[in-house]
Amino acid sequence: MAEPVARLEMRGISKAFGATLALDGVDLSVHGGEVCALVGQNGAGKSTLMAILAGAMRPDAGSMRLDGTPYLPRDPLAARQAGVAMIHQELSLAPHLTVMENIVLGVEPAHGSFGIVDRRRMRQTAERALSELGHADIAPEATVATLSPAAQQLVEIARAFAIGCRVLVLDEPTSCLTHADVRTLFDLINRLKAQQIAVVYISHFIEEVKQISDRVVVLRDGRHAGQGSTREMPSEAIVSLMVGRSVDDLYPRGPRSIGDAILTVDALQPGDATFTLRGGEVLGIAGLVGAGRTRLLRTIFGLAPVKAGRIQVAASTGPALPHERWQQSVGMLSEDRAGEGLARSLSIADNITLSRLAPFGPRGLVWPSRQRSAATRWIERLDIRCADARQPVAELSGGNQQKVAVARLLHHDVDVLMLDEPTKGIDVGSKAQIYRLIDEMVGAGKAVLLVSSYFPELLGVCDRIAVMSRGHLGPARDVAEWNEHSLLMEASGARAS
Amino acid sequence: MERALVVDGSVGRPRVVAARRRLLDETGVLVGLAVVLGIFGALIGPQFFRAANLELVARQTVIVCVAALGMTMVIVSGGIDLSVGSVVALSTVVTAVLLRGHGPAFAAIGALAAGAACGVVNGVLITQLRVVPFIVTLGTMLLVRGAAKGLADERRIEAPVTWLNSLLRTVRDGSGVLLPTGIWITVALAILVAFVLRYTRFGRHLFAIGSSERTARLCGVRIDRTKAAVYTLAGAFAALAGVMEFSKLSVGDPTVSIGLELDVIAAVIIGGGSLSGGKGSVIGTIAGAAIMAVIQIGCSQQGLPNWVQQIVTGSIIVGAVALDRLRS
Repeated sequence: MAEPVARLEMRGISKAFGATLALDGVDLSVHGGEVCALVGQNGAGKSTLMAILAGAMRPDAGSMRLDGTPYLPRDPLAARQAGVAMIHQELSLAPHLTVMENIVLGVEPAHGSFGIVDRRRMRQTAERALSELGHADIAPEATVATLSPAAQQLVEIARAFAIGCRVLVLDEPTSCLTHADVRTLFDLINRLKAQQIAVVYISHFIEEVKQISDRVVVLRDGRHAGQGSTREMPSEAIVSLMVGRSVDDLYPRGPRSIGDAILTVDALQPGDATFTLRGGEVLGIAGLVGAGRTRLLRTIFGLAPVKAGRIQVAASTGPALPHERWQQSVGMLSEDRAGEGLARSLSIADNITLSRLAPFGPRGLVWPSRQRSAATRWIERLDIRCADARQPVAELSGGNQQKVAVARLLHHDVDVLMLDEPTKGIDVGSKAQIYRLIDEMVGAGKAVLLVSSYFPELLGVCDRIAVMSRGHLGPARDVAEWNEHSLLMEASGARAS
Repeated sequence: MERALVVDGSVGRPRVVAARRRLLDETGVLVGLAVVLGIFGALIGPQFFRAANLELVARQTVIVCVAALGMTMVIVSGGIDLSVGSVVALSTVVTAVLLRGHGPAFAAIGALAAGAACGVVNGVLITQLRVVPFIVTLGTMLLVRGAAKGLADERRIEAPVTWLNSLLRTVRDGSGVLLPTGIWITVALAILVAFVLRYTRFGRHLFAIGSSERTARLCGVRIDRTKAAVYTLAGAFAALAGVMEFSKLSVGDPTVSIGLELDVIAAVIIGGGSLSGGKGSVIGTIAGAAIMAVIQIGCSQQGLPNWVQQIVTGSIIVGAVALDRLRS
């Protein structure tokens, strides 16, 4: 039996960002009429691989073929024209336009050559695409913003379909869908299969992958970790491939003595969270991207509204604004380093000292020289590589930027450090340093609340871990009761199925 | 691991380069001012640099400068204030109205209070309604202009002559020390604002908000309070510019200074301010205002028509910002 030519074939794809090798010789091939699930932990390289496929990035090495012909898109438009469509987690529709306008966006049928839009043909194209997907119920004249998220996703798939896509990539398509909508989506994917379209399905949720895919490809640390027919791979086997690695000796652990409760959260909504954080311990919150962990931290810190429940910091109870949290000696490290964590055009000194300028002069005054010398001490202590304290933060590397963000909490000398993905996208040297700092802090009796998607780090650093899945925080259990496997099972909801 | 990793090259650049570039950032606009002065000096001859002529430049630019001090703070915080021209007009009217029954000091303070009140309205609308500053101040620009016209009954308001009228009078008649009083006031305020921006918590917070509002919020900066304060100050500065305008006009005129806000914004931008916030300096703003005044006076003394002047000024605005982009 001759092997038919694969619809999509990616070979030896490599891509590096600065010091990190995001993809290292990855192969992926998908046949027409096949649903291939692409799974892996955060940072495993799924998004990079798909960005290369969709023309948003160019690979450093490797080749791609579509139906046997070489394929290397210059940009996303070229990829679409070649028949590769991508449906992102965040939809990319124009909300104020109608369904049919969105479906033909960029390829509007026109009368003659003057660019006058032929609305009749536009409607026909849209109706044909929608009915072939089995959703003639969506009106082509409806404004997209009035549709449900599920219907919007359908419109986006119809758009891919209308321009004749051969490969369809669905990136976490169920993250904003209800249970019933997921069923509809799966029916639709089965229709696409029947049309001989090759589907790449990216998901964190193992049970979905089991349900919809024919084959599973696992990425780990930018490499192809393994693959197999979905029917022959139990959930356990997939998770094992995703986890793979042994824990390095990266995580120092000095003597810790647990103190009094500093932060108590009781039935807090959003997040459905109840926990107590004590001095001298690291409490980890595990989970996948989008599980609601960042939202929980922001709610505690006063950056998002409390819907219900109680937050108590030391002696003070109730919601508070960020400046009040800082006064209560609680500090937060944002997961969005570039957008929120740091003011990129400001100097290192300004970024480190912004939350506490009081020591640098009497009554509202700030002497920049004192500000700089305070910052210089942190630069030396944390080994931040820079020209001097006046250098804008934007010019530093990711790891050094993160150290600046951490230095702010140290400068403020907070008792509770809420760290949201503190090691995201930084080099191993800086990571090790941040782990060391966390250990020093809890050794000095401070409390750390650590959100991370990187499980080895949680297991290495934390004393207790709670898992958040789909907006619900589970009970905190001793770190000894967890392993990477059980964390991933819990976080991806595989345990429930 | 035999694979060679790409080496991260973003280890800090040498100290010297960073320091030199910072110097360039701060002095670029001064170099621009020197160049413009040099060009007109060469065209017109040494009489262009006579004290009287330089004083003329100073008097010409002082109204824009005063309003631009407030605008610098607003733009540093990432905002914009389009109501400046209207507040200037309102201020001339309020001054004239109050002068009829009260002393000049009372009239000036009344005008400042009116301007600050306009600023409070801007600040409250921006922070409480969460409408962008451009739209809010576009609205108050019309609103305040209308209020000024209503207050003046759509006429010019005559007022008795007091010392307010001599704020900007030339020193050649012996009033004022070396320079007119109004210019000394402006110099003092410029130093004060420069100090506030650099050496106070309020000033550092303005830079933080302008650079990244989300970061400022995360760091516990009270954003609403700071913004309300900065618009209030901008209103007061615009009102002071209005008092000086009154001093030149000696009447309250509700139709004066239409479009002044654009000159004021241009001064800040030429001076290195960025409309996306986080950048701007008092020295730069003053030099920016001076560049525009030198072009204006130089062109008219050279006998060049008004349209040439406008083309040159326009090119300088775009050129200054483009240069800034190239440098960074």
